[in-house]
Amino acid sequence: MRARLVLLIAGFAFLALAPPLANLLEQPFYIDLLRRVMIFAIAALSLNLILGYGGMVSFGHAAYLGIGGYAVAILSFYGVNNGFIQLAVAIGGSVLVALVIGSVSIRTSGIFFIMITLAFTQMLYFLGISLDQYGGDDGMRLAVRSDFGGLIDLGNATAFYYLVLVVMVVFMYLIHRIVHSRFGMVIRAAKSNEARTRAIGFSPYLYRLAAFVIAGAMCGVAGLLLVNHTAYLTPDFMHWTRSGEIMFMVILGGIGTSVGPVLGALVLLLLEDSLSGMSGFVGQHWQLFIGIFLVLVVLFAKRGLAGLLPGAQRND
Amino acid sequence: MNTILLFEQLLNGLQFGVMLFLLAAGLTLVFGIMNMVNLAHGSMYMVGAYLAVAAAQWTGSYFAGVLIALAGTLLVGVVTEVVALRTLYARDHLDQVLATFGLILFFNELVAILWGRAALFSDIPQLLSGHVELVGTLHYPVYRLAIIVVGLLVAVLLWFVVTRTRLGMLIRAGASNRTMVSALGVNIRLLYTVVFGFGAALAGLAGLMAGPIYAVQPGMGELILIQVFVVIVIGGIGSIRGALAGALIVGMVDTMGRAFLKPLLGALISPTAAEAAGPALASMLIYLLMAVVLALRPEGLFPARGH
Repeated sequence: MRARLVLLIAGFAFLALAPPLANLLEQPFYIDLLRRVMIFAIAALSLNLILGYGGMVSFGHAAYLGIGGYAVAILSFYGVNNGFIQLAVAIGGSVLVALVIGSVSIRTSGIFFIMITLAFTQMLYFLGISLDQYGGDDGMRLAVRSDFGGLIDLGNATAFYYLVLVVMVVFMYLIHRIVHSRFGMVIRAAKSNEARTRAIGFSPYLYRLAAFVIAGAMCGVAGLLLVNHTAYLTPDFMHWTRSGEIMFMVILGGIGTSVGPVLGALVLLLLEDSLSGMSGFVGQHWQLFIGIFLVLVVLFAKRGLAGLLPGAQRND
Repeated sequence: MNTILLFEQLLNGLQFGVMLFLLAAGLTLVFGIMNMVNLAHGSMYMVGAYLAVAAAQWTGSYFAGVLIALAGTLLVGVVTEVVALRTLYARDHLDQVLATFGLILFFNELVAILWGRAALFSDIPQLLSGHVELVGTLHYPVYRLAIIVVGLLVAVLLWFVVTRTRLGMLIRAGASNRTMVSALGVNIRLLYTVVFGFGAALAGLAGLMAGPIYAVQPGMGELILIQVFVVIVIGGIGSIRGALAGALIVGMVDTMGRAFLKPLLGALISPTAAEAAGPALASMLIYLLMAVVLALRPEGLFPARGH
């Protein structure tokens, strides 16, 4: 356990020290890259809550990235740049959408659950494409980043970076607390054996729905951060391959582990970035290698990267 | 609304539905028998389309291209099954979704390497070009009619194979109890490979027929794949009958929605609002339909027996 804790602290220390290091080496690009990694890590963390601990294979988690993104961009379009209002709308919208999607899809299970979550996200994707006054298919530029008063300036790359880091750490802590609470016990119990969970007197439906909504809200926050990061919104925020990517981050890092999603986001995005940055054949056709990598990970490394860390608990 | 237009759209819906059926048949068999979610099925559709275009250019004959493309997708399907998918049958759906998602990326990029990223356009063969006068003043493209005929023929053929032949008997037996089938001495792995290969060839057939109508480009299989999933979920997973019913329903609803929803909404609410809401609602229609079907009949309209 101790080795694991040391590694965890070292990891966070590295993330905390990255901006001054990058500035020292005059490579500000890395601040940008790591910020992107952490935003996707937040999305993957939230998916892990329902996928890893709750056994709900949602193939539409990118929907909430879109809701968060559209909340910011549409409000900003009408001149509302106040970050707190945008945050409230992003979370509120995600909660509402997750309630609707969850209340229908949680009645089903297995392949039907996968397909219905995918179908709902496709609906939102096509809705985004048809919103012509907000850019439709092409998307729109976010002219002004979210304004959090004097609290924090998102235009400052380093300040924005630390905000994302803090949100990520807070969410990790929150998810840890949720998973180890009585509520989290019920969620995990329903995953491992639904019949027994019912037999001891719990009806999993509402517990699952609550977890689904919490995960949606958290991913909505990631959407708010992502649109501020890219300063550009397109319906591709909600593209189904995006949902697949987030899902892969969870699996790659280690499903149902606390640090797994962060590791998964880090490795996948760094790999994508370095492959696509190469010259020649590899750089041009990097997706070929990502595809092979994905298949190999699923076939041979089921427990993910977190399983390689010292002190890893068996979670299968 | 004039009847000629309605009739034309009905035929278009039928044509799209038939196309969806060719894809759904393979997908639903693979799911019903091997309990396997195969997202890479759309890639077989794409491979079929590309092989047909390339082979037609190479041989100079459309029909030689068709044969080569069918044999080619069969081969690609068998190789994919043996190399990558075979080990996934025993895994859970999550692993299957992710691994086949990886295969999609792989195939899209492979096609881009071989034929480039730009869309290819293929010609309709001389024999099937032009229009035919059906009723009144309706001129309908011969090629689309040919697609409908081929699709319905394949449906009949599939029905015959599944219900009247020894192979079909094994397929049905494998779907209801695979342990028992292998205990009776049937080589179940070989059966799986055969089913997968023919499913891939059917997808390839859909792809090569789609070539002259839609653009042939990397990623062409993905959008239609999601629609095919809607089809088999509505129809009931694992059932060919359900796949046919689901495909025709989805084909009709999607085509009719795109053609008539906007004018219909325009009559009900203001035209400007219909202008904005019509196309959005039309593309969402089949997903709404699926959500409603799942809410009312979670197993789909024609659930496969024996589960």
